[in-house]
Amino acid sequence: MTMHLLSGDRPRSVVLTVLLLAILAALALAPFLFPGVRSLETAARICIFIVLVASYDLLLGYTGIVSFAHTMFFGIGAYGVALGLTHMGSTPGAMLAGTLLGALAAAVLALAIGLFSLRVRAIFFAMITLAVASAVAVLVSQFSALTGGEDGLNYKIPRALTPAFRLGEVAGLKITGKVLNYYLVFFVSLALFLLLLRVVNSPFGRVLEAIRENEFRAEAIGYKVVWYRTIATCLSAAVAALAGSLFAIWLRYVGPDTTLSFEIMLDILLMVVIGGMGTMYGAVIGATIFVLAQNYLQALMGVAADATASLPLLPQLFDPDRWLLWLGLLFVLSVYFFPTGIVGRLRAGR
Amino acid sequence: MTQTLLETHGLTVRFGGHVAVDAVSCAFRAGELTAIVGPNGAGKTTYFNLISGQIAASAGRVTLLGEDITRKSVAERCRHGLGRAFQLTNLFPSLSVLENVRLVIQAQRHTGFSLLSMAASHTELTVAAMAVLERVRLDRLKDQPVSALSHGNQRKLEVAMLIALDPKVYMFDEPTAGMSVDEAPVVLDLIAELKAERDRTILLVEHKMDVIRSLADRIIVLHNGALAADGPPAQVMASDIVQEAYMGKELTDV
Ligand SMILES: Nc1ncnc2c1ncn2[C@@H]1O[C@H](COP(=O)(O)OP(=O)(O)OP(=O)(O)O)[C@@H](O)[C@H]1O
Ligand SMILES: [Mg+2]
Repeated sequence: MTMHLLSGDRPRSVVLTVLLLAILAALALAPFLFPGVRSLETAARICIFIVLVASYDLLLGYTGIVSFAHTMFFGIGAYGVALGLTHMGSTPGAMLAGTLLGALAAAVLALAIGLFSLRVRAIFFAMITLAVASAVAVLVSQFSALTGGEDGLNYKIPRALTPAFRLGEVAGLKITGKVLNYYLVFFVSLALFLLLLRVVNSPFGRVLEAIRENEFRAEAIGYKVVWYRTIATCLSAAVAALAGSLFAIWLRYVGPDTTLSFEIMLDILLMVVIGGMGTMYGAVIGATIFVLAQNYLQALMGVAADATASLPLLPQLFDPDRWLLWLGLLFVLSVYFFPTGIVGRLRAGR
Repeated sequence: MTQTLLETHGLTVRFGGHVAVDAVSCAFRAGELTAIVGPNGAGKTTYFNLISGQIAASAGRVTLLGEDITRKSVAERCRHGLGRAFQLTNLFPSLSVLENVRLVIQAQRHTGFSLLSMAASHTELTVAAMAVLERVRLDRLKDQPVSALSHGNQRKLEVAMLIALDPKVYMFDEPTAGMSVDEAPVVLDLIAELKAERDRTILLVEHKMDVIRSLADRIIVLHNGALAADGPPAQVMASDIVQEAYMGKELTDV
């Protein structure tokens, strides 16, 4: 049963299995284990980024396609929900319609980009995605009447998902709409992750790997490489859009900075590389470590700066404003010591 | 009356001013093994590339099983019955031996677009792939990544991929190049077995005369991209052009 859910893709490392189970348990019980607003925020973000990074791994790690448009698809899903809720009222129907239309729009756009550019060299595809993503970001900030421009959009979500909605108590925890909202994020993320895990372990997933390894030979044994690449791109875009929709439902706000910025694209790249490309589980590890670092590294550094206040130089190094420096260092070290990512390293043994 | 499976009509390709394959017209019939010989750079591999579609022809046509495939993609030609093994080993290096062959069988049976089934649950693909691996005696190495195989075993796998494809037209480009004397016979025996299936045709680019002598029903000679001789082995081997080419003498224009 478990093997079936995992599509027969074992973690193949004891340490990795333990890590994955710990992350799963922590996320599944987050409202009970870490009841604070901030920590629930972090847990939801981890869930969403696991899906976002896993959908990017399908492209980069499994198919060998470099895309810079992944945040654009994420943003399309987020804006889909935002527009649905803004214009159709804060009903579950509007939320669902916005989600599905966002995913559809992302898939159609990916299809267009794919058919237009996947026939030619991979670098051309990368450049086209960069151009399209920049164009969309500009459009979103220009059409402020529809998108709220740089300010983004605030909107109401169905009441059952807001803190104002109260259901009673379970194990000492007040079950509010916020908790329900978290479980919506958690279970949809889990389902999407397992779906991606199935896809990469399907016959289709094997062809993607073959294309990554040797596209010339894949074509020569009868696979129409362009179609496989295009389908992978569409699927990856649609899942990224669904992650974006979850994010928009969770935050009750969308804006260019939270969903479309190039910074998020870089974050995704870092998470996929740190976790381990072409492994899916790397997305879980990479996203968890990265989001935790993003949220708690600054606090940790504040503590370290205070503790070393009497020493020379160190307090400056640990100044919370330097957190990006440390994150960068963490990244360089992890790429240097684990070129195949944390998952690759764990699987290879010591 | 034996059936013509593959035919090229005035097939030509120019790279800049250089004519690499020059108006080659030739028909390949079922049950026949045709050896293609010629000095280095004669255009043998390029002729193969034109037939299997890796490069586009400047002029001329290719027909496969009676259908014009000149404008078809590599994948379409393959699905139509053309199988090609490559001169330089051309596999999926970090995938296992079994996975390499299974990918071919999967292409053959059109299961590639199945997204939601588990690859491991398609046991029929694995069984068929194992049968091929047993035939080339690579079954015990099935879980090894291809990059860990010896050169000889990679060549065997190259042939296994073609057998798994089960095409109407087999194209081998120096299948035993770089193999040791005790490895080569395995591959040559396999080609002889394929030849016994009378409904196929085999094209074999080969430099070794003893191999050609034992396997070929017919020899064609390419010289500077053009068809210089075509006929039964004894006749072609006795011809001036082959005598000169393989005695190490300068080739003269014919
Ligand atoms: N893509 C290409 N662009 C330019 N020239 C090419 C290309 N492919 C082949 N050639 C040239 O065409 C000629 C024929 O090469 P080809 O590889 O077909 O020879 P061959 O008969 O297979 O030789 P060998 O016995 O060494 O394998 C050579 O002069 C080669 O340099
Ligand atoms: Mg050659």
